[in-house]
Amino acid sequence: MAVTEQQRRAYVASQAADARLNVELQTEDMTLNIGPQHPATHGTLRVVARLDGEQVVWADVVCGYMHRGYEKLTEVRTYPQITTLVNRIDWLSSFANEVPFILAAEKLMDIEAPPRAQYIRTILFELARIANITLFIGTMGADLGAITPVFYAFRDRERILNQIEAVTGGRFHPNFDRIGGLKDDLPRGWIDETKSAMVRVREFCDELEELLMGNEIFQARTRGIGVIPADVGLSYGLSGANIRASGIDWDLRRDQDLPLAWKDLDWKVWTHPDGDSFARFWVRLQETREASKMVDQMLDGLPAGSIQAKVPRIIKVPEGEAWVHTENPLGEMGYYVVSQGGLGPFRCKIRSASFNNVSVLPWVLRGTYVPDIITILASLYFILGDIDR
Amino acid sequence: MSLALSLPYWAETTIKTVIILAVIPASALTLGYVFLMKTMAHMQSRLGPMEPGGFHGWYQLIGDGVKFIQKEDIIPEEADRAIFALAPTVVLVSTFLLFVVIPAGPRLVVENLDTGVFFALAVSSLSVIGVLMAGWASANKYSLLGGLRAAGQLIAYELPLVLAVVGVVMQAGTMSLQGIVNFQQHGKIFGFGGIGLPLILTQFVGFLLFIAASQAELTQAPFDMPLAESELVAGYTTEYTGFRFLFFYMAETATAFALAAIAATLFLGGWSVPWVHGSAADVLGPFILGAKVMLVAFLIYWIRFTYPRFREDQLQAFAWKYLIPISLANILVTAVFKVVF
Repeated sequence: MAVTEQQRRAYVASQAADARLNVELQTEDMTLNIGPQHPATHGTLRVVARLDGEQVVWADVVCGYMHRGYEKLTEVRTYPQITTLVNRIDWLSSFANEVPFILAAEKLMDIEAPPRAQYIRTILFELARIANITLFIGTMGADLGAITPVFYAFRDRERILNQIEAVTGGRFHPNFDRIGGLKDDLPRGWIDETKSAMVRVREFCDELEELLMGNEIFQARTRGIGVIPADVGLSYGLSGANIRASGIDWDLRRDQDLPLAWKDLDWKVWTHPDGDSFARFWVRLQETREASKMVDQMLDGLPAGSIQAKVPRIIKVPEGEAWVHTENPLGEMGYYVVSQGGLGPFRCKIRSASFNNVSVLPWVLRGTYVPDIITILASLYFILGDIDR
Repeated sequence: MSLALSLPYWAETTIKTVIILAVIPASALTLGYVFLMKTMAHMQSRLGPMEPGGFHGWYQLIGDGVKFIQKEDIIPEEADRAIFALAPTVVLVSTFLLFVVIPAGPRLVVENLDTGVFFALAVSSLSVIGVLMAGWASANKYSLLGGLRAAGQLIAYELPLVLAVVGVVMQAGTMSLQGIVNFQQHGKIFGFGGIGLPLILTQFVGFLLFIAASQAELTQAPFDMPLAESELVAGYTTEYTGFRFLFFYMAETATAFALAAIAATLFLGGWSVPWVHGSAADVLGPFILGAKVMLVAFLIYWIRFTYPRFREDQLQAFAWKYLIPISLANILVTAVFKVVF
């Protein structure tokens, strides 16, 4: 059927009217810069969100405001000096950053720390995890507007920091791990104090479960918010509690054989099928409690003996390449160390968990509301130093 | 205020204004000190507010005040200067007007309006204008979002606030706050007049609704979306510094006091206890009212320190889907009982 001139004109006119209507009804998008200076980003992360009303149309993450060039700096340091640097990557669980690097160096040198050192390393590793995630539990509440949990978190984290300080002398940056062992042995009376601190950690978890997790408003704010399906999470390289909250049963403490104490312990990897913000919170809370039980077991089964293997006075690492990754509080953290036989590494690639964890934000933020941005940011849990290195 | 000596109109008005102007900071400071500092510090095991000055951190409040006064008064370049400067005052005016009708004794009331309840609830929503002015004039996206959220929230919760009070008004048969207090003082529970008839006994649902709605009017957690510090930095107060910020802060705390006083008047018998009469009530009234206000305020702040905040849509749904239907049902039940008994 041929289209008459009149029909064509009517069609064009109606199209034009539709277009006009669309233009008139189209609301103007507003671009909101969340960060680099914003209370919810806990540092200098910048999230650019284009908003339609309060709904996010498009979002992107800009990071690098705190880039300190640690990968490059490692090339001009000796191996023992580098622990000082890597302490400052994820500053809330500094000791956990040292361990994989030291393990990589030990792997290249083909030495292994004595069992007692391995146990103490694991204990401090788990203490760092508890100290870190305790704070997450508190700040998650603070970001959702509950002001009380964060103070309880700071109060109870203090006990863990005291225990770390008693061994290492440093509250935040212990710088305690050495190639082939540790700097010092445990001080006297430390084991009992730590056990009572672990009891307190479990009490804190119970308290927060009642105060925050059971709260209807908390559940309404987190359930079904920021759902990351397992395949999306895997494709973005999520790790740690973020991927376990999507139902992937993957934990590097269990799934690989490292010279650390985890293989001797009786513990459980917690997963949650939902993949939403609540699941991530829930998994971390369970992990904190699990970690406190692991510390208890390790304190009971602490082997006697030396804490330092025999190493040359001037440490030179033989030529080669090594990759060691561990399950850090924030997720998978790994070091790829390339040595050319010198005093320091020729090249060191640091794989930190938060960088990959926040990379999923543009995907997950689309279509959410402004308050949900904060929930999702809080539940993904990143440390700025861990993103930017 | 029916003083014994007769004063010319201008003198009486001046005295009344000065009294309210003194009451606002006094009430704000009291609540700020007792709840925002000490109760909060106890509940959250905070150490800071318990330190300054030795005993129980008594110096903290003075220190905070001095800090606010020292701050530079910054007006953003893009801001609408006149509106920006005016906004805190508008908010404070709403608080000022609230105090006009609250009776603290048989004769201790600035203006005993026949439509006291109506007046109080009407002027309490005036603050929306100030908040919107602050939000628009700051030329800041966070302020704008905060201001709009506040406007939406205050309008939504104005309705349950009014409806919650309707039950009380129906039962007492008057809208005058003084009349409602008298009704409660002289009321009888099944013929027993020992404790009067505090309306919280019959209007318990109304009391809960009133507390929830006034919590939202005060933009306090769990309804502190407009100020949500983790999202909007500080909402409509983001660009305010020093004394202007203090104005907002004082208005919020003094409004908390005023709304708690209205709740105490409507549901707990206000300045009255049944065995205090006549001129003794004029002396003791303010203290009795003060004690009841502290009880209600404790409830408000307890909720504030405990709960996380609602999301904007959940907040609106809570008002329209729960509070308003419940308050309508409350009115219906009250009406039925009023007719039956």
